[in-house]
Amino acid sequence: MFRWARAWGPNGRTRRRLGVVTGVIVVGIWVLGAVAAPFAPYGADEQRLLEAFQPPSVRHPFGTDDLGRDVLTRVLFGGRYTLSLALVVVLLTGLFGMTIGVIAGYFGGWVDEVLMRATEVVMAFPAIILAMAIVVALGPGLINAGLAMALVWWPPYARLARGETLVVRRLEYVEAAVALGQRPWGILWHAITPNILSTLIVLATIDLGAAVVTAAGLSFLGLGATPPTPEWGAMVSAGREILAQWWVASFPGLAIFMTVLGFNFIGDGIRDLRDPHRRGQG
Amino acid sequence: MAVFLFRRILVSIPTLIGISLITFLVSHLLPADLVLVNLGDRATRNPELVSAFRARWGLDQPLLVQYLVYVENLARGNLGTSIATNRPVLTELALSLPMTIELATLATLIALVLGIALGVVAAVRRDTLVDAAARAVSLVGVAVPTFWFAILLVTLVYFRLGWAPPPGRLTAGVVPPAPITGMYLVDSALRGQWTVWRDTLAHLMLPVLVLATVGVGYVTRITRASMLEVLHQDYVRTARAKGVAPFAVVIRHALRNALIPVITVGGTLYAQLMSGTVMTETIFSLPGLGRYAFSSAASLDFPAVMGVALIVGILYVAINLIVDILYVWINPRIQYE
Repeated sequence: MFRWARAWGPNGRTRRRLGVVTGVIVVGIWVLGAVAAPFAPYGADEQRLLEAFQPPSVRHPFGTDDLGRDVLTRVLFGGRYTLSLALVVVLLTGLFGMTIGVIAGYFGGWVDEVLMRATEVVMAFPAIILAMAIVVALGPGLINAGLAMALVWWPPYARLARGETLVVRRLEYVEAAVALGQRPWGILWHAITPNILSTLIVLATIDLGAAVVTAAGLSFLGLGATPPTPEWGAMVSAGREILAQWWVASFPGLAIFMTVLGFNFIGDGIRDLRDPHRRGQG
Repeated sequence: MAVFLFRRILVSIPTLIGISLITFLVSHLLPADLVLVNLGDRATRNPELVSAFRARWGLDQPLLVQYLVYVENLARGNLGTSIATNRPVLTELALSLPMTIELATLATLIALVLGIALGVVAAVRRDTLVDAAARAVSLVGVAVPTFWFAILLVTLVYFRLGWAPPPGRLTAGVVPPAPITGMYLVDSALRGQWTVWRDTLAHLMLPVLVLATVGVGYVTRITRASMLEVLHQDYVRTARAKGVAPFAVVIRHALRNALIPVITVGGTLYAQLMSGTVMTETIFSLPGLGRYAFSSAASLDFPAVMGVALIVGILYVAINLIVDILYVWINPRIQYE
């Protein structure tokens, strides 16, 4: 009984794992949906004008939009754009930020000073305004939206990687590597990076949610994917003027919401399992 | 303290120069045709017009000269002239900034009050239904996309229920108060125009709710975590042992010491809202800084975009400074050299 309570109690390991599992399932639904979207009975751009603006029903669980397109099918296809953009941005900026942070933390001195000042400037910068300027100049599109996001997305990774590097580089095996005459780049790659990676992965998991919202938000403002691309943010935007047909904007938004919630569950769960001190405090 | 403030302000100058440099480079190096965007297709074919336009905005000068001219003007408090409207950028900012400050301030205040209350109750009544509810609220707040939540609220509260006025800053026909601060709530109160005040408040209700929801999520999270840490400290146990009333222990002994991270999050939130209200302003048809930045970017009006970026940067620095001062006020043991 006691053991059961420890595992299943409010902050037990099993419950934590349950959080991760729930998150994986929720995110997994949309990933699977995105992969399987071509098997849907309707096409993403298949218009049936006679069936426009149908409320949710058995034939169209999420209803149909102004052109009679099936909203569920479009939401499934939408995951392809929103999720992959978020993933690519987080992956690339995470790697870039990690590189900057590790270099700054390991070498210290003026290298650290210059890199961290630059990071601060980017952090103080109104990201959305920069993104708007970039996308307007280059033209709206998913790639350009991703580029704009990437420019301002890396600083948190650089800061975290720097902090972790400062701790790790004092450890004995790093000193041993130095004593053995290993070159700095070898030390960075073989001794430091593997030891700070897991912390960065936790940040990246939670961050994926934020990236999904931002990617969709740029499309909502007309700066990312443009109609008729079935991107989630663009779909919410298309449905925002038609208040009577609530389902057109609501379901793509629900997909964003669920995905972000899922990523939060996974990230929080992993963090708590890794670090018992913080358990139940998130 | 005075020395600290002076140093902090000095240190923030490079940050602001960095921001101005980035915006300048981005707006000047991007492969976009300013002439085409601003003059249109037909005028672009007239070489005289094009060269006049380039000379008027200094585009024929080398990049470095352009930047130096910009900085020189900045030092005189001149943010340049908007290409789109031909008015000083400062004048335009003075028109759009108060709206956003009004929104951001109300949202941050509500987020702090509700978030702290919820976080404290959740920590004190840990692992109860209240705690679970607080965690659910904070999770939803953190995860909900603002633009979607805003549309849902407009659909439900205005369109279906009719409890809120339609999007806009005032009801059509209501005359805005003569400007003092530019913030309608403040100005109408100062002038005693209470009908206008009520109308402004009714229009701000939903957008503030949207922005506050996100904030409540973050503030609840951090308050609960910080309170849990503090509640286990020796001095809290001592206070309880002394027989201090439970409520006083929680508020005076625990909360005060748990407040530092909460204030940090509050400051970050406030700073982010200054440039993060674009979508909310768009959906609720509010003419704030976000809308101004968006329309300026859309017409590649780079003096305006640089002006917005700089103002937001200054606000960011100022808010962080205020947070640092609040630290000392909350915990007098913190001393700045």
